Amino acid sequence: MRQELVDDTLIDSLRASTKELRKTLLTMIHAAQSGHPGGSLSASEIVATLYFHELRIKPEDPRWPDRDRFVLSKGHVCPVLYSALALRGYFPYETIYTLRKEGSMLQGHPDMKRCPGIDISTGSLGQGLSTAVGMAIAGKRDGKGYRVFSLVGDGETQEGQIWEALQTASKYKLDNLVVIIDNNNIQNDDTCSVVMPLGDLEAKLNAFGLWTHVIDGHDLVQITSVFDRIRDNDSGLPVAIVAKTVKGKGVSFMEDVTNWHGQAPNDEEFARAMAEIEGESR
Amino acid sequence: MSTIQGRATRDAYGEAILELGRDDSRIYVIDCDIGRSCKTVEFARQLPQQHINVGIAEQNACGVAAGLATCGKIPFVTTYAVFGSMRMLEQIRQEVCYPELNVKIACSHGGLTPANDGASHQGIEDMGLLRTLANMTVVAPADFASTKALVKAAAAYDGPVYLRFTRDAVPFIYDDQDEFEIGKAVLHSEGTDITIISTGAVLGLCRRAAAQLEEWSISVRLLDMHTIKPIDREAVLASIAATKGIITVEDHTIINGLGSAVAEIVSEFGTVRMRRIGVQDQFGESAPYERLLEKNGITVDGIVGAAHELLG
Repeated sequence: MRQELVDDTLIDSLRASTKELRKTLLTMIHAAQSGHPGGSLSASEIVATLYFHELRIKPEDPRWPDRDRFVLSKGHVCPVLYSALALRGYFPYETIYTLRKEGSMLQGHPDMKRCPGIDISTGSLGQGLSTAVGMAIAGKRDGKGYRVFSLVGDGETQEGQIWEALQTASKYKLDNLVVIIDNNNIQNDDTCSVVMPLGDLEAKLNAFGLWTHVIDGHDLVQITSVFDRIRDNDSGLPVAIVAKTVKGKGVSFMEDVTNWHGQAPNDEEFARAMAEIEGESR
Repeated sequence: MSTIQGRATRDAYGEAILELGRDDSRIYVIDCDIGRSCKTVEFARQLPQQHINVGIAEQNACGVAAGLATCGKIPFVTTYAVFGSMRMLEQIRQEVCYPELNVKIACSHGGLTPANDGASHQGIEDMGLLRTLANMTVVAPADFASTKALVKAAAAYDGPVYLRFTRDAVPFIYDDQDEFEIGKAVLHSEGTDITIISTGAVLGLCRRAAAQLEEWSISVRLLDMHTIKPIDREAVLASIAATKGIITVEDHTIINGLGSAVAEIVSEFGTVRMRRIGVQDQFGESAPYERLLEKNGITVDGIVGAAHELLG
């Protein structure tokens, strides 16, 4: 990557934000004793870069019409999104302890009617990306400058609707749309390779007419660099970013282990996980 | 009455949506490659900035509409009843009804009317399926004029609406001056013996049946229940009080449609007996529309017979 352009201060700051995200999301899942840590941890660098650097948003005005949109198509990893929203001040930090509890704005899957900062309710896989396409079309037709980012699971691309959405993005030249695939290669039952091989994602996305980039989804230099490169995209091509990630990243005993897709840590595991993240120094 | 003038209600949708779109740039049409059949071609030609064709991809159409609605648009996803109610049912549930977004699902080919097309294209379960979704409103207008009025009422209403139209011509019943309100049944006649409640395009049949019954000195209360959800409870309760029996008539399976919606109220609050006339839990086939109705007892004779039975 273009090392000479790297802003060390930014990277240090995003590294600190990522660490806070991981601690917050594990804290809320531990408190709820329910939730999805694996895919939340794999997406932490990406979500941190979006919410602490890239997105044009106003936490004090969550429905600001000109804001950039974020669609969490893989809705089950909402703990990472809720953490970003809490840390950006969309709601009081203590709210994280209400995750998945009755009456909470932090539902098991994102609910736009309850939670400020959620641009669309998601949770049923394969559907979010279509809504992002709708938002991007509205932005284009209204002559607005906002962009729409959508985070999609790699297993989620097994849903046919994802490809219906991508062909529409391509047809309508939605260069204001950025589709990020969290390519951690693990889904609910097993690895993607065992459950349903994804094939060559980069080639598939290119074939659907997207301007496709493949990056290390845990390397903040690569993430910020690719965002720099696509920021003023006026090519007429929607952007796809295949982020190679590790499920459970940052907690050694969760990394690449299928069980941690949707399981909460007990007290002892939580303490070990927090200590590891706190002690992480790269 | 054999040479009744009429037009398909899908044509009324085409006219109404064009008029709406010209007046309000927030009105969008999302087509799924059957705009020609669903009468949105003029809309697409005259208002390309408000038109999207996603191709043969109904699930995506629903999601795109939901995204547009979050940005203040009023999208009408336009397809056939089978696809609009079943191919994208879960998308409607998750991305439209749950977040309560202002999306309309506008469907032609409702009921047995795509008669020659056969069972695959005859949407006979649509209203029942949509009726089970929280936050959804379900409307089946009876004729051309009421379709135009109710499409406009749906556009003015802030929330999810399912609209059902016919492929084929149905008799003119109302005129441009008649007013319609979502959720409010139209009372065609007061009566003291029997109530006939109709939804959608079978209203013509019901009117003929009512006329025959009047010849037998049977007093008929006739209601057009164009909205089956939220159903006009007051109108059903008034029918329970005023008459000795209720007959529901619909071009839809008798399971979970108008008949079931009325039966829910009658079973909780009523003492009257009912007969549900509709598709008898079976698929259609390629055949003339009248034959398909006959095979399910959705006929003037069927209604008249049910009335005699109920009145003993």
